[in-house]
Amino acid sequence: MTANLVDTREQFRPPEHPTEHFLLTTVVGSYPKPKWLNRARELADDPAHDFSDDHLREALDDAARLITDEHERAGLDVVVDGEMRRNEMVEYFAHRIDGYEFNGPVKVWGHNYFDKPSVVDAVRYDEPWLVDEFEFTTGVTTRPVKVPITGPYTLASWSFNEHYESVEALAYDLADLVNEEVDRLVDAGCRYVQIDEPALATTPDDHAIVGECLEHIADGVPENVRLGLHVCYGDYSRIYPEILDMPVHEFDLELANGDYEQLDVFTDPEFTKDLALGVVDVHTSNVESVAEVKENIRRGFEVVPPERLTVSPDCGLKLLPRQVAFQKMANMVQAAREVEAELDAGEIPVETA
Amino acid sequence: MTETEVLATTPGLFPLPDWAKEELSDLKGHQKDDLIAGDETGAVVDAYERARREVVERQEAAGLARIVEGQLRWDDMIAHPLCVHDSVETRGIVRYYDNNNFYREPVVRGELTFDGDVAAELDAAPGATQAVLPGPYSLFDLATDEYYGDDAEFLAAVADFLAGEVEALPDVETLFLLEPSLVENPPGDGLDARASEAIDRVAAAARNGCGATAGDGSQATAGDGSQATAGDGSQATAGDGPGDGAGDSERPDVVVHTYWGAIPEKPYAHLMDADVDAIGFDFVADHERNLYNIQEYGTKSSIALGVVDGQNTLVETPAEIAERVDWVRENVPAQSFERIYATVNTELYYLPYSKFEAKLDALAGVATQEVDA
Repeated sequence: MTANLVDTREQFRPPEHPTEHFLLTTVVGSYPKPKWLNRARELADDPAHDFSDDHLREALDDAARLITDEHERAGLDVVVDGEMRRNEMVEYFAHRIDGYEFNGPVKVWGHNYFDKPSVVDAVRYDEPWLVDEFEFTTGVTTRPVKVPITGPYTLASWSFNEHYESVEALAYDLADLVNEEVDRLVDAGCRYVQIDEPALATTPDDHAIVGECLEHIADGVPENVRLGLHVCYGDYSRIYPEILDMPVHEFDLELANGDYEQLDVFTDPEFTKDLALGVVDVHTSNVESVAEVKENIRRGFEVVPPERLTVSPDCGLKLLPRQVAFQKMANMVQAAREVEAELDAGEIPVETA
Repeated sequence: MTETEVLATTPGLFPLPDWAKEELSDLKGHQKDDLIAGDETGAVVDAYERARREVVERQEAAGLARIVEGQLRWDDMIAHPLCVHDSVETRGIVRYYDNNNFYREPVVRGELTFDGDVAAELDAAPGATQAVLPGPYSLFDLATDEYYGDDAEFLAAVADFLAGEVEALPDVETLFLLEPSLVENPPGDGLDARASEAIDRVAAAARNGCGATAGDGSQATAGDGSQATAGDGSQATAGDGPGDGAGDSERPDVVVHTYWGAIPEKPYAHLMDADVDAIGFDFVADHERNLYNIQEYGTKSSIALGVVDGQNTLVETPAEIAERVDWVRENVPAQSFERIYATVNTELYYLPYSKFEAKLDALAGVATQEVDA
């Protein structure tokens, strides 16, 4: 896929958008869970309580509705349900894929653990992963909905591999399953899919494997469906410019955390995709002011013109206190709207494509 | 040709039993300020004691030839001995080699004086017969120096610090020094020779100090840093060990264990200058280049073979483990070994507890297999 032959972005412009310029605002995906949802999960896991699966489902629906609404109130152009139904980014999918088994928690750091699954057989598509989530979210908002999916390379790298010859072979099989899921999501009306590959930060030399996975994922996907890739917390010079060959429309990058130290990486050679620029840091509970976020957004114009810039936080917001997460989104949207108005008024000099 | 002894052991750093994961995360918390600082008390000490007893008994039940304490308190993995030191400030969470694991960056801000944390830990595990410490080069590599101001001086200080810790250890049969940085971030020109000297310094301390009691002749040299200086250390101590009947039976085997691949040739050649009893090789991650090093440069009179995968839940059978040990021996026909340590290639905390247990059982089972002499 060469640089966007079809404009997949204009479809997300709100009908009453007040300015001619449009900086698409969205989030990476995860969001702090309401405390009562965690309590509901505990109750559902505790056999001593009469808290049924139906009760839990209702709690999950309520949480998804609440957070989608919170995204809408913050003013985002494209919303997510905050991944309320997903306990963890690998576990959630591994539970739904044939060939995986769970053997207990392993350490990530300190006393933070995750149920790292083992691949013990060929992976196969079993039940839909995210179609219900997408349909529910679409039903509770008037805004377009983006679906983040943990990428096959991360699903492969963050699992124990007991069956496949290599992580690469496992990743390609998983990529075919992601392709099947994207197909179902598209049938359900989804037009914006983001593949999350945080594992690429650990092993940047594997960018070619991620690229090949994306070829599998993009295969047969209609051209009006927007595909993005999210990567974070790595040395981008080790994956750029190679990533420009990947069949996606947009790269969603964490850059605020490092104060745009790595922004220059993307200026040579020319960045030919859309850039979803991280403009708020998700690892500090200090809320960036609208003025600060505007400054960050303007940094994006050093890489792409306004019509190719998406505005987004660095990464998922789930580790922040909820009030902080909301305020970061609200300031981000207000900053984007102010920058759009300034662009309309010709107050910001930018090169147009 | 002397008969080779095959001993099943591990490089330590075990996963906590699942009950201890829960109990300790409730007691300590989940943030970086909640991690072990070396001053824990009460319920935390008690929980670690019960967990330590459990993993010692579990190794005994499996039938391992060497029992480790488990390093269950090492929240910062092999950076632990520095992270609990008074002259060290722990900063942000940084990635542990190429793993999806993180440790607190230890920043050295004062003199690395004697601490005794690891000795105290081992004292609390009466059944343990093997000590585990980071090697000086890896500890140097994982830390940040804001005090010594010079790489050579800092590395020497880390080696002196570890030597002091080793001298305080109770009597053990084997000391594993974990040196993954020799593979992951190998030392360049100059530093490679100094890394070997640093290892030599710590190994000399093990021979002279570790488990030594007052009045033991070998102890007299323990505090004497000059003995371990480059070049002469190995010579002096090599003659010392076998000649000294009393010290010889007490002194532990020192194994420098490397993993996640093979050491580049030059640092390997330098490592061969260090007076240690065995070098450990990761035959799971890279059997070809490790074999090449051994064939090309030789190895010590004993050897440690990482033949069980510490980072995969697929449990090897005792027969497969024995086969891997045999494969190495068949490919190094020129050399016979005093001892072969059959071991897991890496630390074991990467595994869920049930799979960790299964790996211990499989590894211990290698002793009952027909290993060709």
